[in-house]
Formats: sequence, structure tokens, C-alpha cells
Amino acid sequence: MKYREAVRAGLREALRSDPRVFLMGEDVGRYGGSYACSLGLLEEFGPERVRDTPLCESTFVGAGIGAALGGLRPIVEVMTVNFSLLALDQIVNIAAALRHMSAGQFGVPLVIRMATGAGRQVAAQHSHSFEGWYAHIPGIKVASPATVADARGMLLAALREPDPTVIFEHALLYPMEGGPLPDGAAVDLRSAAVRREGRDVSLLAFGGSLWKALAAAETLSRDGVEAEVVDLRVLRPLDDATILASVRKTRRAVVVDEGWRSFGLSAEIAARIMERAFHELEAPVARVCGAEAPVPYPKHLEDAALPQPDSIAAAALATIGRSPALAHG
Amino acid sequence: MTPSPAADFLRRMLRIRIFERKAAELYSAGKIRGFLHLYDGQEAIAVGSFRALRPEDAVVANYREHAHAIERGVAPRRVMAELLGKTSGVSRGRGGSMHLFDAATHFYGGFAIVAEGLPVAAGLALARRMTRQPGLVACYFGDGATDEGEFHETMNLAALWNLPLLFLCENNFYAMGTALSRRQARTDIALKAGAYGMPAEAVDGQDVFAVAEATRRAAEAVRRGEGPRFIEFRTYRFRAHSMYDPELYRSREEVEKARVRDPIALLAGRLRRGGTLDDAAYAAMEREVEAEVDEAANFAAGEPVESVEDLLKDVVGGRPS
Repeated sequence: MKYREAVRAGLREALRSDPRVFLMGEDVGRYGGSYACSLGLLEEFGPERVRDTPLCESTFVGAGIGAALGGLRPIVEVMTVNFSLLALDQIVNIAAALRHMSAGQFGVPLVIRMATGAGRQVAAQHSHSFEGWYAHIPGIKVASPATVADARGMLLAALREPDPTVIFEHALLYPMEGGPLPDGAAVDLRSAAVRREGRDVSLLAFGGSLWKALAAAETLSRDGVEAEVVDLRVLRPLDDATILASVRKTRRAVVVDEGWRSFGLSAEIAARIMERAFHELEAPVARVCGAEAPVPYPKHLEDAALPQPDSIAAAALATIGRSPALAHG
Repeated sequence: MTPSPAADFLRRMLRIRIFERKAAELYSAGKIRGFLHLYDGQEAIAVGSFRALRPEDAVVANYREHAHAIERGVAPRRVMAELLGKTSGVSRGRGGSMHLFDAATHFYGGFAIVAEGLPVAAGLALARRMTRQPGLVACYFGDGATDEGEFHETMNLAALWNLPLLFLCENNFYAMGTALSRRQARTDIALKAGAYGMPAEAVDGQDVFAVAEATRRAAEAVRRGEGPRFIEFRTYRFRAHSMYDPELYRSREEVEKARVRDPIALLAGRLRRGGTLDDAAYAAMEREVEAEVDEAANFAAGEPVESVEDLLKDVVGGRPS
């Protein structure tokens, strides 16, 4: 099953099982979703529940908030994280804040899905990774499904949350073949997952970068370095326990984030490791992040701007005092 | 004896005026801090329009919303306690003046970024329609909101989706210190709403009867399923935008000229001329309302503040629903 089919399976299950659920966003209906995630759902559920919107991110996200307050369980699709910047007031100032500022009177059980990430040569305005920005905000949950099981399961789990949940689907993953869906298995929305066990270094990654980290681990293994790969899955609240357990075991960590390095998600994770496991580290926490520039269009420049298996493997080797050249020599 | 509708209007407007006067006093005394936006001059709008609403309706308002909460039926003492940051305030004191929320009366605040409440109101209206719940959504906002993209987007969405939504624009002709004519190329707000395909009218916001009647008609149309309606109430804010505002942008003469059409004085004059109000009755009404507001302020002063231990309470909810 492809990742986009897993998202669709989750959407279909949610729409079938709960009459309060509806999907709303740009081109989710007749077009079938800009990444084909909702193809066929309009025909099955009708235009009330698979609702095409005008191009007004701020207003349809706000309408999602209102609908959630009114007793529904909206799933709002914002075509990409880049466009979600137009809706930030609604997300930050209302959805995330309302429960606290109304002293618990109004919660916003809203699910917002958006595509994220670079790698398709769509240039500076369509290649952002702002997961870290969203994870900065108290009051919301941030999920980053990297597998087909999570693509389906995290959506269903998010619909059971009493608070807004933002789900980031890396655009490169949509066509990914991910094997069959585990049969009806529920997934949680609080833990990280160890996707590959290892003893020498922890690679902490999420979303599209998870697969690059796993590729790096494969390379490292050929060089005799056993990397543990942790899929962060949920970026807020972050599963500190799983991260720290892995780092305490391997004593080395590399954080991978497509987002910009400065003031980002990788900095937060490195800081938490430093605060809680400083004396157990054999090397400073390393980071492999997006280059600090708008993402350029040409493939060679875009590749260079993003974390890649090679750069992740190199950073991992550096934490154990080896250089890539030596490793391959 | 039940008061006549006119006397009830007068008493309610007076209560808001005096409530706001007390709030200003407490602000000057340092008891209320932060931003405080007062409603003087616009009382006829809250008082007149709320008569058209029913308990099942939802209300979305902005940051100049003490009057709306009170007219919705929130006890003045709970609004005052909120202004003082006390736990018996509608939002346990966490919101203050700009963030009044009351689930019991479907009062959805309390939104203090201009125009951001409009999309939320559209969503509440959508939920009412999709779940076949009765009731409409009344959305209050100022002329400043009509500068924003969200105003235009929500007009479009509400009309496109035929939502049970009543747009109530309180046009006091200023967004903070910038006059409408200095912000918009065309200043006829009702005309803009009309352009989205919904019936819209401009109404004298200083005449409480005109407000009540226009709102009643519009609300009935919305309840009949005819889609959204829009009313622009033309009014004037007598006080500064907020307590921080030195009012450098308008002349004293302009304000004095507007005060001639004080909604309270207009109604009192009308009742006097009709022989149903005299000085003694007016003074008695004023004393009653002052007593009510004093009681609210005294109550609020004696209430506790939230414990610091609860600072992180309700950032997120409990178990999933």
C-alpha cells in the first residue's frame, strides 16, 4: 500500500465511523486532493462531508475551529505547510490558546493535515519544513507520520484528541510503497519508535528524513557502525524517554531535521539531551539540517540543501571520531 | 410590574455606561491592568440587537465586548471579576477584558485579533447546519475588521455555503486612530457585504429601536434558512480606543458633536417627551444601576486570584473525547 492510500484509508475509516467527521480544504473533493489522498471520497460521502473550500487558508482553518467548537470533528487539509502561514493566527492565537484562555471551557478538537518538506524541485516557496515552528506552540499536538501504519493510524488517533493536532505528511512519502497496513492496529500519539536497533550512535529523525536516516544506518552498518534509528513520530509532546533511553545506550546522537538549523527543532532536541544526559555523552550532539537558505530549484542545489544519507552517515561517524573517507578506506 | 420595553432598553444601556465608567475608575486606580476597551456611545447596538437572539444561538464578539457578555446574560459581577483577574471571572481571570468566554450562554468571546472571530463564527454556523441544531450565530465586529482579508473571505464563505450567520458590524468609523475614510477607498461597508450576495443594510446604531428592529428582521430571515444577513450599525465611540490612547487623531469638537447623538440621551429624551419618564424616575434608575455595578465591583474585589500552581492547567485537555 502506498502512503497516500494509507492516508485515504484513514480518512475513509474516520468518515465511515463517526458522523461528526468531515474533511475540508482546497481541492479535497472533486479534484481528489492535490496529492490524491481523498480521491473517491467525494463520491462516497458527498459534498457536505468532503467539502471543497475557496482559497482562504485563514478562513477555512478558522471555520474548522468553529466547527470543532460546534461539536463536529473536522479534518482540515491545508494543501502544504507553506500555505499554512496564511492561517497562523487562527492556529496559534485561537486553536492553540482557546482552552487555556477560556479556563477549560472551550477545547478545539481539530485535525489539520498538511504536506511538508522539500525534494521535488518546487523551489523556495513550496519546500518548507516548519514542523519545529508548530512544535514550539503550547496547546497543540504535532505529529509526523513516516510509515503507512502511522499515516493511517495517527490520523485516527488525532481524531480522538480533545485538542488541535497538526499532522505533517512529507510530500515525498505520498507515492512511497509501504507494505500492507497492519490489520486495524491502533497507533498512539505520544511515543517515539525505535525503527532500527543499534549500539554505536542514535540517529533521531522524523517524517521524510526517517528513510534517509535508515539508509544512512545501512551504510554505516557496512562500515561496522551500528546506528540506532529513532523515529520521533510525535514532535509535541516530544517523547523524551525514548530519545534519552537510546542516547544513554549509544552515548552519541545525531539529530536530523530538514528544517533550518538555527533556533529549530534540532536545537531543542540537542538541548534536552544536554540537560538530561550530558554526562553520559561521549561526543557533542551532532545535527544534520537544511542549509540556511531558501530551497533552490536545481536538483543538485536542492540535494545539497537537504539532509542526505551521506551527510547523516558522515555526521554519525564524526561523533565516534571517524571520518567518512577513513570509513570507506 | 414589568418595565416597558423602552424603559428596559434605557436601563440596560445605562447599566453598560455605568459598568464601563466603573471599569475606567478601577483602571485608573490600578486595579484593572492591560488593555481596556470601553463601549461608551455604542450601547444601543448590544442592547438592541441581543433582544433578537435566543438561548440556543451562539455569539462571537471581539475585544470590546463587556456589553455583549452582559447582554447575553452573563452576570455583571462575573464580567467585573474577569476584568480584575479573579477566579470567579467568566474565564477564571485568565483572559481579562479582551477574552470573555462563557460556555453556558454560548458566548465565544473574546477574540482580540481584529477579524479573527469571523471565520470561527462561520465554522460554528456550519456546525449548526450540519448537525441540524437550531439557532444562528451572531458575529459582532468593528469597522476595522472590514479592512482585513478574513472579513472578505468569511463574507464569501458564508454566502457560498448559505450559513445561518448574522454579521453585525459596529462601525464607529475608527480603527484605533485611523478613520475609515483614511483606510478604505470606498467607505460604504454594507455595500461591500452586499457584493458577496447577501442582503445587507446600514442602520442608525444610536437608535436602539432601529437596532432592535433591524436585527429582528435579519435574524428571522437567517432562521428561515435564507442564509447570512449583514447589518452595519453606524455609531461612534465616545471614549478613547483603549486606556492607552491619547486621542491625538480626532478633535474634541468632533467627539462633542457625536455626543449629541448619545444613544442613552436620545432614548431618555424620547421617553421624556412621551411622558413616560421624568427626572425622578431617571435618577432612580441610575441609582439602581449604580448599586448593581457597585455590587459587582465589590464582589470582584473580594474574590481570590488563581493559584500559580494552576498556571499550566488547561493548556491541553484531559482524556480524549
